[in-house]
Amino acid sequence: EGQDYVGFDTITQQMERKFLKRGFNLNVILVGESGMGKSTLVNSIFTTHLVDSQGRRTAQEVIRKTTEISPVTQTLEENGVRVRLTIIDTPGFGDQCNNEGCWVPVIKYIKDQHAAYLARELKPFRDRIINDTRVHACLYFLNPGSRGLRPLDVEVLKRLTEVTNVIPVIAKSDSMTSDERTLFKRRVKEEMAFHRITTYPYANADDDDDEDRMLNNSIRDLIPFAVVGSEETIDVDGTQVRGRRHGWGVINIFDETHCDFVHLRNFMLRTHLSDLIEVTAQRHYEQFRTSQLRQIKELRDQQAAGAAAAGVPPGAVATQPPVAPLPHQPVAQV
Amino acid sequence: MAPSAPSITSNMSARAITPRPSSYRHKSEKRGMTYNIMLVGQSGLGRRTFLNTLCEREVIPATEAPNPDTANVADPMRFDTYEVNLEEDGTRISLSVIDAAGFGDGLDNTSCFKQLQDYIEAQFDEVLVEESRIKRNRKYRDHRLHVLIYFIPPTGHSLRELDIELIRRLGEYVNIIPVIGRADSLTVDELQTFKHSVMRDIDYYKLPVYNFCWDESDTEALKDNREVMDFIPFSVVTCDEVLGNDYDLVRVRRYPWGTIEIDDDSQCDFVLLRYILLNSHIADLINYTEDVLYENYRTKKLEVGGFGEGEGDDEDGEGDDDEPSTSARKQE
Repeated sequence: EGQDYVGFDTITQQMERKFLKRGFNLNVILVGESGMGKSTLVNSIFTTHLVDSQGRRTAQEVIRKTTEISPVTQTLEENGVRVRLTIIDTPGFGDQCNNEGCWVPVIKYIKDQHAAYLARELKPFRDRIINDTRVHACLYFLNPGSRGLRPLDVEVLKRLTEVTNVIPVIAKSDSMTSDERTLFKRRVKEEMAFHRITTYPYANADDDDDEDRMLNNSIRDLIPFAVVGSEETIDVDGTQVRGRRHGWGVINIFDETHCDFVHLRNFMLRTHLSDLIEVTAQRHYEQFRTSQLRQIKELRDQQAAGAAAAGVPPGAVATQPPVAPLPHQPVAQV
Repeated sequence: MAPSAPSITSNMSARAITPRPSSYRHKSEKRGMTYNIMLVGQSGLGRRTFLNTLCEREVIPATEAPNPDTANVADPMRFDTYEVNLEEDGTRISLSVIDAAGFGDGLDNTSCFKQLQDYIEAQFDEVLVEESRIKRNRKYRDHRLHVLIYFIPPTGHSLRELDIELIRRLGEYVNIIPVIGRADSLTVDELQTFKHSVMRDIDYYKLPVYNFCWDESDTEALKDNREVMDFIPFSVVTCDEVLGNDYDLVRVRRYPWGTIEIDDDSQCDFVLLRYILLNSHIADLINYTEDVLYENYRTKKLEVGGFGEGEGDDEDGEGDDDEPSTSARKQE
């Protein structure tokens, strides 16, 4: 201490102050058939009623024919830290007799957010801080049952894992006994390995230290998370328990012997939250950006080659717009 | 032949109905009542364990792990048939259960309905042919479907497109009884709400589920039948383990938070459904199939004139009295 102390270690506090002032964005997309417990799970994780279930409750409601994208944004605050949380629900996904292509609107939405970010990044005069609408995590809901993945799951997971961080969960796992759960998880992992479906967290050889690696391994063992969601509190002999009351017992969602809810919540929010955001930017966004810019470059090269072949002097190519339209066009942002 | 519908409100509590350790015989000299049940529903809803629990023994063994490479291939629909001989209250039943595996499990399931319809019609056609033979086959076994148990997933919302389409398309060929598979994932309140939603959908879309009250002449049973219909869709939970000694067997499913007793009718409708299927309504279901569903099919088929494969040598076949036998039976 004293004269030898430089003081650059206070950068963490400086960053924290900036962070507290700015807050941050967290965008999570929920993918799964209706009735799988998506809304309840999200509301349980954030202990607030954030989203309403979009399931059909009355006979008069029309049955959806396509997958809709339904984002809901809310600002939550905890100890001075503000998060602009956007939950994107996908009502209609997997609900039809013919589910071919039901994933297309979902993939498109995710790519649109990357594209929107890229477009703003490429602007000559760009915002100091670009509002981040990129999807940081996708909770993919599996159907409990003796089989592992269904054909729809394989098709969708292959595509989803290429564009975002996917966390597979079994939301209504209270109809599975412990043995069934273990069996199901094992089959799902085998099938994902076979189809080369890589979910989050990724194996990062370089930066992880031993502690990180151990944590990630234990997370990977748990996948898919067998969770139970609840927005209700039940009185059990005087204690308030968040859970579900059945005729044969009460499920306490925070009890680790009952379900993996605590593990999922801690994983998403208490240990890997900043990693989810970082990996989205560094891996998924970068991949998207690289492929887009490469396509633009190829397009320009083709145009230049075409112009040269037509005998137009090279200088004339400058009449082309300085920034070619991006190959992936986002939907007009509201 | 089968006993008439009992009073449903009688004490059908868990202790009153003792689970029978074994109520079947492997071989019987006289064949029992021919009874054909089909189970339809997506995989994971408990069709196979339902059959095992229904017959009180392992009819379908637990499937071994499918190869990982089969995960993304939708099985073409299979119709796996299992034969079981049961004895219920002194009545021998020669039960044939068809598990329609693969229904709704693929990406595009629109062809499933036609496959099911074709199957059901094929059984009708077989009987049409058989009826019109001069020399009937004494050992002929009737494969007409008497009841189709349709498994709905416990979403807690309303019926899905798949459910509505299935009932709509097949209701005129077979008695459909909808059940909620994996019903133990719903709380008591959620179950009630779900049952109401499903019934509202059935009314709204005019879905042809089996009408227990079809025989209006049977006024005694009418009241009971109306009560039975209040339970639709029946909540089903199937047995994992059997605990206890030889005389006091309890069929259960064990969870970290409690154990559900399958035979406790306050916890699920399995016992009631079993009683309906194998005791009280077996005759009704068979009669409706033979007297109404089959007859309607037969009439339609003969009017169209599409019938007539094979047995061209039937000059005086059996059939409706008001139909000219020969002209109706001529080949197309």
